[in-house]
Amino acid sequence: MNRVAVIGGGMTLFRRRLLETGKELSFLATKMAMEDSGIEKKDIDMVVMGSAPDAFDGIHMKGENLLDGAAAANKPYVRVFNGGGTSVFAPIAGWWHVASGVADTALVVCEEKMGSCFPHPQTAFQHIWDPVIDRPLHPNLVWLFAMEMNRYMTVHDIKKEDIALVAVKNKRNAAGHPCAQLPDEKITVDDVLNSEIMAWPVQRLDISPPSDGASALILCSEEKARQYTDDPIFIDGVGWNIDSTMWTNRDLYFPRYVANAAKMAYKMAGIQDPRKEIDFAEPYDPFDYKELHHLEGLLLCDKGQAPILTREGVTQRDGDLPVCPSGGLLGVGNPIAATMGQKVCELYWQLSGKAGKRQIPTDPQIGVGQAWGDIMQMGTVIVMRRG
Amino acid sequence: MKRRVAVVGIGHTDFNSMTPELGWKEFMFEACQKAYMDAGIEPREDVDSFITCAEDYWEGFSIFDEFVPDQVGAVLRPCCTVCGDGLFGLGTAYMQILTGQMNIVAIEAHSKISDLLTFGDIGLFAYDPIFERPITGPVERQHYTGSPSYTKESPKPLAGKTNEKERIHPYFLAGLEMQHYLEKTGTTEEQCAKVVVKNKKNAFNNPNAEYEANISIENVMNSEYLFKPVKKLDISPNVDVAIAFVLASEEAVKKLDVDPIWLKGFGWSSETPWLSTRSMDAKYATMASKMAYKMAGIANPKKEIDIAEVDDRFSYKELQHLEAIGLSEPGEARKMLDSGDLDLKGSLPTNISGGSLGIGNCFEATGLQKALEIVTQLREHAGKRQIANAQTGVAQSWRGIPSGSGAVAVFGRE
Repeated sequence: MNRVAVIGGGMTLFRRRLLETGKELSFLATKMAMEDSGIEKKDIDMVVMGSAPDAFDGIHMKGENLLDGAAAANKPYVRVFNGGGTSVFAPIAGWWHVASGVADTALVVCEEKMGSCFPHPQTAFQHIWDPVIDRPLHPNLVWLFAMEMNRYMTVHDIKKEDIALVAVKNKRNAAGHPCAQLPDEKITVDDVLNSEIMAWPVQRLDISPPSDGASALILCSEEKARQYTDDPIFIDGVGWNIDSTMWTNRDLYFPRYVANAAKMAYKMAGIQDPRKEIDFAEPYDPFDYKELHHLEGLLLCDKGQAPILTREGVTQRDGDLPVCPSGGLLGVGNPIAATMGQKVCELYWQLSGKAGKRQIPTDPQIGVGQAWGDIMQMGTVIVMRRG
Repeated sequence: MKRRVAVVGIGHTDFNSMTPELGWKEFMFEACQKAYMDAGIEPREDVDSFITCAEDYWEGFSIFDEFVPDQVGAVLRPCCTVCGDGLFGLGTAYMQILTGQMNIVAIEAHSKISDLLTFGDIGLFAYDPIFERPITGPVERQHYTGSPSYTKESPKPLAGKTNEKERIHPYFLAGLEMQHYLEKTGTTEEQCAKVVVKNKKNAFNNPNAEYEANISIENVMNSEYLFKPVKKLDISPNVDVAIAFVLASEEAVKKLDVDPIWLKGFGWSSETPWLSTRSMDAKYATMASKMAYKMAGIANPKKEIDIAEVDDRFSYKELQHLEAIGLSEPGEARKMLDSGDLDLKGSLPTNISGGSLGIGNCFEATGLQKALEIVTQLREHAGKRQIANAQTGVAQSWRGIPSGSGAVAVFGRE
């Protein structure tokens, strides 16, 4: 197996960007990643696209439509897709292009344009349900995740205040992010607790905002990486795992699919004790409780302990285990697949010391990124290491 | 040293024009179960990774990946969706095995296209919303003909205010491309009709085929022009099917009691999505085939390849693709057709399965249908349509209108 290095990353501003098409967003991120790495289009062998439901843009075979924006015309190109998990899964697909030896250099582009979905991107999610069993109930995602959040809070006797701390931390962290949509340096727990109730216990500030944006990464073999940089960052472990479609038959308090994916990635990366060896984490945080849920799924703490770590400040940027130093989805925004910018590009920027104001002060060596998708069933995990 | 990868299991459902009695989950279950039995494996223990090839709009869901794991045996296992033709899934599995982290990978692709009431209107959503969709209408039309599967009774939500105004069917692009192909190569419409006659006749020897027919060139020529010069019988009719493959590394093959067919080379490529700037010469297939031949160590495809299954969703596409992947000189495919080289006993038997024209358009499963035939032939399980002593075969697929993407896979007995 070839060792796979990351040599460049790019990420656009996350906003409702009605003036730009998905192709243009992909182009912007791709250009940034190429300029960051110094690599040219002709040196890129293959391209991987990550993008979530076609229904957001109303474009069938969206991958085909986006390809020229991602520098993929006249190149081998493939789009992978597993709902929200795509943001970490697309770089995993990039990883196997290079690790297999089939490509020397692969470009990974993740794009999402939710803003054009009228009246709200939630309407695209009306079609993610089983047509026979779920759809007659007219569910939506906030309703669904309220049930999961409630279950998590009930099993571990967690207070809403402790969960709100995650939203506060991430929105404050996002203040240093140039792409951030909802940074807020002054937000408090009371702000979160006093925000509008969407579906109890989910309140408005517990949720990340829908957004438009794109991000890109350049992956290559170790040999090639040494030509472009003295300090490449490596993808040493990847894992992905899916649980049953029948979410009603599962206990939602623990994401066992994330745990399986994490075990796969840690094994590949040779990590024996993740709690000791991993310096920082970027778990997927579309809702504030999800960061806690996923920290437990990533085996970085015991079940039910993540709120305690958060309360004690362990997960702050200067804590022992910085979590979502980017500002996560809650602070930077949630253009589904394009959150590769926070979950994977951020690992690269932090490990290579390019994170600017967001830089973790303790010189991190190993980071883990994770995403979550489909109907609460897909876990995707990536482990990156310096040198 | 690169690992070798083999096909160790194949499975598929019946090919049917309509399947109201079955759900997509039952379809996928049947194909996968047959493939696992063929390979002699237990999916919950032996398969390291599962791949489905699906596209949301064909399935009628926003995130189809959700609905995959249970029926393919992938619960709490690595499983993902590739938005592409089945051959792209095969290539993904190939790469996963080459990383050394996976030993056995299962791939599934299916078509449940009969569930779609508004096939043509869904197809239009694949055109660029700003530059290309406006040219598709609504326009005045006397009769809505559209896809052969589109009945007059089907609802037409995208139609204009009156019944006389309709959106153009997305297959109009095939009309433009066929016109270009005919002019460029000097091929005649009759020669394209001959492809239809050949493939529908071949389909008689394939018990899976849904659209076998004993027709003449005149029958094809007399069928109505839908997208001139594309006639009704030049178009492959839609079919429902699920197809599953199991790939294994060389080490894993040794532990299984199977007759391995080796996946020797694989390539895929995409042209620009813009209709106005693409080649219209199936350049995607040329690029993909070069990559696949290089990987397989094939220097002279015309000599080294014994059998071909190329995408023939429109009759001219078979000839165009044969030229694009280097199995014929540019513009010469019609001569191979006329001289019988593409027949069962010819020098390069092509679409002996019946192809998409004889079996039906399998949508994202088209590539796996092509691969299925090659593997069946190389295993010598093809019955009446068996090619004698075939050693190397090539399967080629295209993602269909209006994409410019395709893949090529080379299989061999050794």
